[in-house]
Amino acid sequence: MNAIRVFFIGGYLAYRALFHWLRPSIYIPTMLGSPIFQILFFAYVGRFSKLKDDEWFVVGNAVQLSAMSGIYGTAMTIGGERWTQTLSPLLATPANRIALFLGRSLPLIANGFIVSAFSFGAGWLLLDFHVPLGSIPALALVVLVSAFACTSLGLVTGAVGLRARDVFFLANLVVFLLLLFCGVNVPLESLPSWMETVARGLPLTHGIAAAREVSAGASLGQVSGLVWTEAGIGAVYALFAYGLFRFFEFDGRRRATLETI
Amino acid sequence: MSLLRLLYAGWKFHLKSLTLSGFFLLTSVFQPLIFASIAYLMFNAGARPGSLLYVAIGAGMMGIWSSTLFGSGGAIQWQRWQGTLEYCIAVPPAFIWVILPLTLATATIGLYSLTTTLLWGWLLFDVPLHVVHPGWFVLALPATVLALGLLGLVLAATFVLYRQANALSNLLEYPIWVVTGLLFSLSLLPGWTRPLSYVLAPTWGVQAIREAALGGSPGFDIAMCFVLGAVYLVIGHFCLRYFERLARERATLALA
Repeated sequence: MNAIRVFFIGGYLAYRALFHWLRPSIYIPTMLGSPIFQILFFAYVGRFSKLKDDEWFVVGNAVQLSAMSGIYGTAMTIGGERWTQTLSPLLATPANRIALFLGRSLPLIANGFIVSAFSFGAGWLLLDFHVPLGSIPALALVVLVSAFACTSLGLVTGAVGLRARDVFFLANLVVFLLLLFCGVNVPLESLPSWMETVARGLPLTHGIAAAREVSAGASLGQVSGLVWTEAGIGAVYALFAYGLFRFFEFDGRRRATLETI
Repeated sequence: MSLLRLLYAGWKFHLKSLTLSGFFLLTSVFQPLIFASIAYLMFNAGARPGSLLYVAIGAGMMGIWSSTLFGSGGAIQWQRWQGTLEYCIAVPPAFIWVILPLTLATATIGLYSLTTTLLWGWLLFDVPLHVVHPGWFVLALPATVLALGLLGLVLAATFVLYRQANALSNLLEYPIWVVTGLLFSLSLLPGWTRPLSYVLAPTWGVQAIREAALGGSPGFDIAMCFVLGAVYLVIGHFCLRYFERLARERATLALA
């Protein structure tokens, strides 16, 4: 029962704190304003380079934007605890660690989903992008799975934040690398083969491929392989993150480095 | 003479200080390399023929804008957090001459972006580094940096009135990349955006550097950089005076 309380209430409070108590003046520019212009930017570069149509860029970037919340948010949650010197008291509690950290990721998955849905809406309003009404539920599921996978990668980044001094640097780098590797704006087949191989093991790659097929009219059954792969990749990262958390927590206690800023 | 010495010493100090910052390393080296790689791959896979040097210069300018935006936008807030804002205002020279070297330094550090994207493109993507008008190129670079640094002064002076300057910086990165046509032709954008493009220094800066590198007449673009720079200086001057008076009246100078 206590673990459930830590999972839901702890996660909710950490999420609110992340945006300084959810002030619209921070949330709107960061989470809703910036994504619109990211989509516009890449759609226009796509038009100029004559690479693909607007739809291809809207889907790729809208799904990728679900990563923003999961990766920055998780990294900042850990980094924020460290910055405000609350990480040590938090880890001194007997709270269930899975509930503690996975609870912090649940609102971020939901937030990633909202940002992604908003981005799809903006793409529909401002660019040449249309998705069949019947495909929307399947698209929503694909986005949700991708948001989960990205948040799992974010948990790995956050776990490294228990050791690394500058977790924000790392989180930025991870988001940019996802943008480069995962077929968001460059077709996978146009990447060098080693990059394509790396991309197959990253979150987003399969989610974006599935979303593109669904928005072109494919059914959920036709992309189930891609969706399950994305979910599997997310689960592996989540497990790896948990292992890292426990290791770095133990190591941080041993070396007394939890409060190093 | 003492004003020039103040500007030079401040610029040099901030340039060194920013070079040691991990965040600026990210915005002026890693981020431009990643965006340049995306752009090279997009143009390589796309059907538009043309020089990749066009893309390399645009990607480099994206980095210059990012470092100016994040550096200058938060310039006054940083002084506040570090507890040095009161000293910066209390010293005999006007506040504008104390803050200007910092905004110029944030634009200058963006030159790392241009250098790294050009070298990265040359090494990995066979971007030709042949500059058609080297003389104009050498003139276009400092003119662009100066104009962006002065635009940074306006950002510094206005963002300070907005408590969440970082959120505003996050918001303004992509829009300026879009509206100034750093990676695509402005003719693709709707006509109503044109006046907005023309009052922003990156539009003229990137055109000047491109015309110097790829062939063309960058004279007018360089002149526009200087004209806009002068306008930004005047706007920045009045905004800073207003901010300083407001902060003194309300005793909010030290309130972070």
